[in-house]
Amino acid sequence: MTRRYSAFSLFKEGLAGQTGWEPAWRSPSPKKSYDAIIIGGGGHGLATAYYLAKTHGVTNVAVLEKGWIGGGNTGRNTTVVRSNYYYPESVALYGLAHRLYEGLGQDLNYNVMLSQRGMISLCHSAIEMEIAARTVNAMQISGIDAELYSVDDVRRVAPIYNFSADARYPVFGGVWQGRAGTARHDAVAWGYARAASGLGVDIIQNCEVTDFIIADGRCRGVVTTRGEMRADRIGMAVAGHSSVLAAKAGFHLPINSYALQACVSEPVKPILDTVVLSPGTGVYVSQSDKGEMVIGGALDRIPSYGQRGNLPTLEGVISGLLEMFPAFGQLKLMRQWAGIVDVVPDSSPIIGESPLPGLFLNCGWGTGGFKAIPAGGTLLAHLLATGKHNDISRPFDLDRFVTGRLIDEAAGSGIAH
Amino acid sequence: MQIFTCPFCGPRDESEFHFGGEAGNTRPDGAGVPAERWAQYLYMRANPKGATREVWVHLTCGEFFVMERDSVGHKVAASQALGGAEKSE
Repeated sequence: MTRRYSAFSLFKEGLAGQTGWEPAWRSPSPKKSYDAIIIGGGGHGLATAYYLAKTHGVTNVAVLEKGWIGGGNTGRNTTVVRSNYYYPESVALYGLAHRLYEGLGQDLNYNVMLSQRGMISLCHSAIEMEIAARTVNAMQISGIDAELYSVDDVRRVAPIYNFSADARYPVFGGVWQGRAGTARHDAVAWGYARAASGLGVDIIQNCEVTDFIIADGRCRGVVTTRGEMRADRIGMAVAGHSSVLAAKAGFHLPINSYALQACVSEPVKPILDTVVLSPGTGVYVSQSDKGEMVIGGALDRIPSYGQRGNLPTLEGVISGLLEMFPAFGQLKLMRQWAGIVDVVPDSSPIIGESPLPGLFLNCGWGTGGFKAIPAGGTLLAHLLATGKHNDISRPFDLDRFVTGRLIDEAAGSGIAH
Repeated sequence: MQIFTCPFCGPRDESEFHFGGEAGNTRPDGAGVPAERWAQYLYMRANPKGATREVWVHLTCGEFFVMERDSVGHKVAASQALGGAEKSE
């Protein structure tokens, strides 16, 4: 039986006719009770289970997923990993995620294909360059790598951008983060699932939570399509549908659900080896290892739970892309899809105990949850294991909407929602 | 392009409209309103999956109105002028 992935095991299995591989994770039947239950088998839920088992030694854990693992936003994002935020609280949070991503392949014994190819956030005017200088200073003071790039620097990293004299969005420079890049999104979900399962976590797919078991004012378990399960600590990481579960638990969240679209072109030979974001067009693009252009843009403008997206937004994104890279006009679009994201008024996530004691929240990541998966998992695991906040998660508690201590990254780092 | 109906202008492209918020979210009144109630009014939302009742604005004419629609299939059930019912809720 081959358990560990390595060049040696690949060679050994080659000689043995590939007969020794086993499924990457077990599919056990649900038990009646667990020490902790995690609702949502996306990146955040699976990472939570992994860190609960690895860091805190809590292995009697179930991850409940209504569909298949990684089939929600984890499988629908544009795979960008970065930590270029403004406020110290956000830098601590996304910086933790970024550092964990850098060691994740080794940690999980699973290749998440992290490619630190750098990311350039463009500036289209002299005034934007001043704001960019402020952003770069803030990031450097917080210990996050960032550089202010001139036009010539941008020309060097993204030579196919539209630098023509009559460009609608001329480049004045930009913010460069060299450690940013992309990772294979499915591999992040599968790697965490395999590692968590190996530590004893039960991953239960096709198991939808339909209600909460509440006794003496505390959450004591869940009712699912595969029976009742009890646990004294329950975490939910169900981005897009956080409000739906909150309603079942009897409280409201400061969240509106919106569709976020993405699309990919047909694969072509290597032409773009960084991630490029233009605030002017609202479009960002990178080239996947297969050669497809992976394209993302702004949120749809209509609150929605329909995982498909509307045409006016897609048209805007493609128009912006062609303004940035006229050469891409020759490409054929291969696939388009949408995920439903939790949009929060201050564009920062919500991590902490919910108004129903015993139920803990990991939600509100907006359009940027993928890059935060290792941190979201670490912090929710800490809450489930200890019942208390980690210093990094404390500022992101739901109570900030009562105290007014918002962490407004829409203003801070220009998130467009 | 989806077509929404403004109660004042008739059917128009969706890009002419902007989401205003959930209908029936009334501003609390008086000096003794606690912070929790302000938070509820300013931030907490039902965000329902399925049938919704929302305030929208038709940017072209500037009028606010109530639209009832489905947040999964996007089918619009009704749109009507913002009447006394919403103002006093």
